[in-house]
Amino acid sequence: MVGPKVKISESNFLKIKEICESFDNNPGELINVLHKTQEHFGFLPEEVQQVVADCLGIPVGRVYGVVSFYSFFTMKPKGKYAISVCLGTACYVKGAEKILDALKSELKISEGGVTDDGKFSLDVLRCVGACGLAPVMTINGKTYGRLVPEHVKEILAEYAE
Amino acid sequence: MDRSLLEGDPHSILEAMAICGYCIGADKGLIYIRAEYPLAIHRLQVAIQQAEEYGLLGKDILGTGFNFEIELRYGAGAFVCGEETALIHSMEGKRGEPTFKPPFPAQSGYLGKPTNVNNVETYANIPVIINKGADWFASIGTEKSKGTKVFALAGKINNVGLIEVPMGITLREIIYEIGGGIKGGKKFKAVQTGGPSGGCLTEKHLDTPIDYDSLVAAGSMMGSGGMIVMDEDDCMVAIAKFYLGFTVDESCGKCTPCRVGNRRLLEILTKITDGKGTMEDLEELKNLSAVIKDTALCGLGQTSPNPVLSTINNFWDEYVEHVTEKKCRAGQCKALKKYMIDPAKCKGCTACARACPVSAISGTLKNPHVINQLDCIKCGTCVEKCKFGAITVR
Repeated sequence: MVGPKVKISESNFLKIKEICESFDNNPGELINVLHKTQEHFGFLPEEVQQVVADCLGIPVGRVYGVVSFYSFFTMKPKGKYAISVCLGTACYVKGAEKILDALKSELKISEGGVTDDGKFSLDVLRCVGACGLAPVMTINGKTYGRLVPEHVKEILAEYAE
Repeated sequence: MDRSLLEGDPHSILEAMAICGYCIGADKGLIYIRAEYPLAIHRLQVAIQQAEEYGLLGKDILGTGFNFEIELRYGAGAFVCGEETALIHSMEGKRGEPTFKPPFPAQSGYLGKPTNVNNVETYANIPVIINKGADWFASIGTEKSKGTKVFALAGKINNVGLIEVPMGITLREIIYEIGGGIKGGKKFKAVQTGGPSGGCLTEKHLDTPIDYDSLVAAGSMMGSGGMIVMDEDDCMVAIAKFYLGFTVDESCGKCTPCRVGNRRLLEILTKITDGKGTMEDLEELKNLSAVIKDTALCGLGQTSPNPVLSTINNFWDEYVEHVTEKKCRAGQCKALKKYMIDPAKCKGCTACARACPVSAISGTLKNPHVINQLDCIKCGTCVEKCKFGAITVR
């Protein structure tokens, strides 16, 4: 491979190359490669997927197939603070939808959206394995449990700058 | 439940995998773990390193000439990857789509090699069984299901959390003794076991001893070990709809019964909770569920109608009520809610009429007000504004 086929900065290209090499450019490690790549870039845009495909020597369609199959991977950038509301059964029966509604009206975005200033993004996920704390949400991996809709404002205030 | 094992005692899993490798002649083990469990991942990484340092993993373990190494593979948020063939494809870096069995993984699995797939909890039992003996293990539990089981007890119950109980314990003991009964003194309605592939059990099952077979006989399953308690405020049609929403999201789309059939089930359930259901819809739910169960490719599709069938079997009256009386007794189905003003309690203060966002409340000062049902959007604002408790929801 001589160089990137798509528009991407030299440093980003080298970073992806380095990640792929750390997994011996093994296509069987595609999911691990994508985890590392998403950790670095925050999301997996087309250009990045093309470079990953070239490095691992597989069609970009296969990379895209995997990216679009798994909900953990995203092609859109998330907010600086990524909020995930758990909609597992335990959270659902304890009123997770009300928490989600409170977040939506507070942030004025819907599921999968990002606030205009890029600060918060809102997603739902299925079970974080903290059913005893239901209903639960996480912000950049930090868990907030036993929520009631009134907590939402206070919690978001923690992230005021 | 499995997360607690991986976080709390990762060495028990590594030990069991090494034992398994020794038994079947494998020298490599892979742990497939959800990326959503960062702490469990970290602790497993630490434990693997420790085990390697002690010579309990790696080359020539304890001078026996037996080699065994363990690697981690991460999931990326796909429920279907709990199905073993899908799991194997995911570990190979592919889309987690299941394939037809046979060939079973034991014949052709990871990279086409014979593969033994086991659950975390199964492995966790192995070191104890070897140390204490099979007789000890078999002394706990029922005739066909031996040993203990960990459940994640959650929902409308006073004591939530993980519990380890002997097989054969009754739901009543779990809910009322360990769980401390229903929260807020409400009435018990159902307990959902086995996750989205399981079903709902009711009061009549409270004294059934819990084991693998009895749960299946009652229309549910052990599955994930989740045990979610529901009270009188939970609508069983809405619960079935919730599960189908999950299945539709998580269906991999490979086979038609699951991809299309479950979507149709969800549409019918939505129709019912919106107050537009008919008795024919209820029949269609049953027929379609049977077809999906019989024809779907993998475990996910074959079990996805379970929440529908078990709620239909155990809460038929509630379904009929939604259809014929347009009534949701739990008050969960928004479209079926009816807000009414009790003329005896209404003082005619106009607070509700002024607050109503769609001007659906009419009446004059100091005279009882009336809600125009056709305009009402069931937002509940009037109930909050009324100082006299004159507005009731049915």
